[in-house]
Amino acid sequence: MADSGSEEIAVIGNTDLTPSESENNLKNTMVEKGTSLLKKMEISVAEAEKRTGKNAVNMQETYTVYLIETRPVDAASEGTNPVPDSLWRRYSEFELLRNYLLVAYPFVVVPPLPEKRAEFVWHKLTADNMDPDFVERRRVGLENFLLRVASHPVLSTDKIFYSFLTEENGWKETVFETGFQAKADSRLKALNATFRVKNPDKRFAEMKHYGDELQSVISQLLRVRARAADRLYGVYKVHGNYGRVFSEWSAIEKEMGDGLQSAGHHMDAYAASVDDILEEEEHYADQLKEYLFYADAVRAVCRKHELTQFELEMAAQDLISKKQQREELATGTVRTFSLKGMTSKLFGQETPEQREAKLKMLETQIEEGEELVKERKTECDEYVKSAWVDIERFKEQKDHDLREALISYAIMQISMCKKGIQVWNNAKECFSKM
Amino acid sequence: MSDPVVDNAVPSGNSSVAIPTDISGQILDLDEDDDLEVFSKGTTLTEGSSFNASMQTSPASLINQYKFEEEEEGDADTKDIFVTVDNPESIVTAIETFVTYRVMTKTTRSEFDASEFEVRRRYQDFLWLKGRLEEAHPTLIVHPLPEKFVMKGMVERFNEDFIETRRKALHRFLNRIAEHPIFSSTDDFKIFLTAESGELTSHKKQGPGFLSRMGETVKAVAASVRGVRNRPEEFTDMQEYVEAFTQKIGSLDKVSQRIVREKKEHLEELKESGPIYTLWSQSEEELAEPLKRMAGCLDSCCKETEEQVKELNDHLIPVLHEYVLCTETLKAVLRRRDNIQADFEAKTEALAMKKADRDAESKVLSLAWDSLVGRSPEEVKQQKQQKLKGEIKEMRVELDKMEDRMEWANNALKSDWTRWQKVMRTDLRSAFVDTAERNVNYYEKCLAVWESFLHSQRTEAEGNGKVDSS
Repeated sequence: MADSGSEEIAVIGNTDLTPSESENNLKNTMVEKGTSLLKKMEISVAEAEKRTGKNAVNMQETYTVYLIETRPVDAASEGTNPVPDSLWRRYSEFELLRNYLLVAYPFVVVPPLPEKRAEFVWHKLTADNMDPDFVERRRVGLENFLLRVASHPVLSTDKIFYSFLTEENGWKETVFETGFQAKADSRLKALNATFRVKNPDKRFAEMKHYGDELQSVISQLLRVRARAADRLYGVYKVHGNYGRVFSEWSAIEKEMGDGLQSAGHHMDAYAASVDDILEEEEHYADQLKEYLFYADAVRAVCRKHELTQFELEMAAQDLISKKQQREELATGTVRTFSLKGMTSKLFGQETPEQREAKLKMLETQIEEGEELVKERKTECDEYVKSAWVDIERFKEQKDHDLREALISYAIMQISMCKKGIQVWNNAKECFSKM
Repeated sequence: MSDPVVDNAVPSGNSSVAIPTDISGQILDLDEDDDLEVFSKGTTLTEGSSFNASMQTSPASLINQYKFEEEEEGDADTKDIFVTVDNPESIVTAIETFVTYRVMTKTTRSEFDASEFEVRRRYQDFLWLKGRLEEAHPTLIVHPLPEKFVMKGMVERFNEDFIETRRKALHRFLNRIAEHPIFSSTDDFKIFLTAESGELTSHKKQGPGFLSRMGETVKAVAASVRGVRNRPEEFTDMQEYVEAFTQKIGSLDKVSQRIVREKKEHLEELKESGPIYTLWSQSEEELAEPLKRMAGCLDSCCKETEEQVKELNDHLIPVLHEYVLCTETLKAVLRRRDNIQADFEAKTEALAMKKADRDAESKVLSLAWDSLVGRSPEEVKQQKQQKLKGEIKEMRVELDKMEDRMEWANNALKSDWTRWQKVMRTDLRSAFVDTAERNVNYYEKCLAVWESFLHSQRTEAEGNGKVDSS
């Protein structure tokens, strides 16, 4: 991978990933540590903090900032304990970075950000953005985003991305200086426009269709999962009532008392265990959500292809019509119906001088047209090539990640079953002493 | 579930009667001697719980000879009567439609004419039996019958599930009666098990029936207003226990039903997720196989959950419900005991008043009226004294009878109370132990499902030469 001007960072200090974070990293991403930026730099989103300040319209607002820490990879192996470089960023800055990347690399399936607002929630989770659990999950999601970008063969080389990680102040200005905003607007317009392409690359059409299906299926899954989580929560928590009643009942019994009392404790433990279970399940939901949003990114890439193809087709179409016009002018025959032809028939032929001028103009236009078509063809071909490379890369990543997600779901279920077996065996023992 | 219609009256010796397999070969030969004390171990055919009761076969020497031993595993069954209730059938007549159940009895007891009986009984008949037992033994605890009518959940009387639940409860009821040292040796019980329908109907008409039961109820209400003066502490303790127990068992019943409801709703959601994974697998290539497997796993877990819910409904819920009904019985028994004591106290007071009258009479000379009527004071006094003396004597005899009755009732209750507590403990213990065990099984089955999924993915990864990071 081309290494463009990345300096060595001199840092002192130590930030080990906490065990849960490393776990999260492994769970979240199959990050190709061997490539690109991650070869040299450890990146993490270590903390989240609440801030208050005045916003653009001078109103007081509360928002959360996230601490991005970076550290050269070989620092640890050197035996020194460097303090990592760090800076604070808020969610909107991440969004800005992503929007920039979308515009700068339209052929890349750009990794998604964690959701802006909590969706597909089950009742215990609030949709409140300030809720600490939500903030924590978002922190993990943001870290995941950075790692994905940093491990991408193309994106990781971007300078804006690099300075996002390293330059706290003035980064925003740098981004705007690239002028990407204008492109961003036109891109959005184009993505939403309706147009028909005559010869799209079949693969992209299929991929777009796949993106639609993926989005639909994952949305359904997330919805059902949220409802199921609600129900499961109810089942476990009601068992807590057993605990209370057993305890009260044990007070009026002589021989049964001890057995009941201890059984009651196990029921309480059973009821309490659902919190951990559902937290882990939330993690699975987050993994699915990432690919729900990825589906959008895939669709955007396919759409861009359609756009370039369409523009090529438009240019080609235009060229053909211009050539036809020239031919008509040169031979004086009207091959196809054209308004100009009609009017000239009605109002009489042009003078030879006019015809000469027109022909000359057409020639220029045709020349330019051919250049344009060539340009666009190249653009299209290049786009198809590089986009398809990234799509293939994405497909492989997706297959791997989702398979891992399914496996970790199974592991979670296994752990849940084992806990259940333990609790009910214990309870059984207590009951038999009743 | 329903067998072909069998003749209502199958006399003994007819080998077409099916014996439940778990008790065949366990019936011992017992001596014909009535007075022999027999140790026997009762076994309920459904629950598998057991307790020991030494039974007096002669009704005369009853309560004080009860001995209750701890449950001993592995002892040979020495139960001498086995009862089953099964084979429900709808009978349609011009007037009504009702369900009859087959009641089969196998016994070696000498007071039975034969060793096997098969009769058909309807719910009313069970109700009758219960009423008779309660009447004859007001302070003994009769196991509750399933309710007459279940309003909630709109259960129809002829709905299959309802009938099956009722059948099981009737079976348990009859077995409890059979295990009860006193109840099982009553004539009413015997007739219930053996009489043909016509016989039973005429026997029913003989005994004190509906009206007398009405009388009981009225008396009971009146008495409860009257109240008891010197209730022995142990019965007050019982009362307090029953009140607390009522609350607890009621809560347990409610909690268990709520759990069933929540599980059912969870199941509904779970059922939807499998198909979504299947749908997803159709858009995928590499992922198709694991997604399909995932769907399969979820479907398997659904089946297991369904099974678990069914078992809760079939086993735990009915037992808890029965003990909720039991609390009504217990309260009634305590009330009746109180009434007996109240009656006794009232009679004691009446006697004391009569005695006071008599004493007063001997002092007061009510001359005026008597001289008017033309009787000599001495004569009148003698007459009055005689009358009072007679009355007092009668009352004393009455009072002695009532005192006996009260003592008998109290002792009966005390013994049966201990017995009931043991049975309750056994029943509820095994119900909860079974439930816990079933839950363990449920989780073990689900565990196997997910472990096989994991295994399949790991083998596939190895097969494809992929590196597994789990």
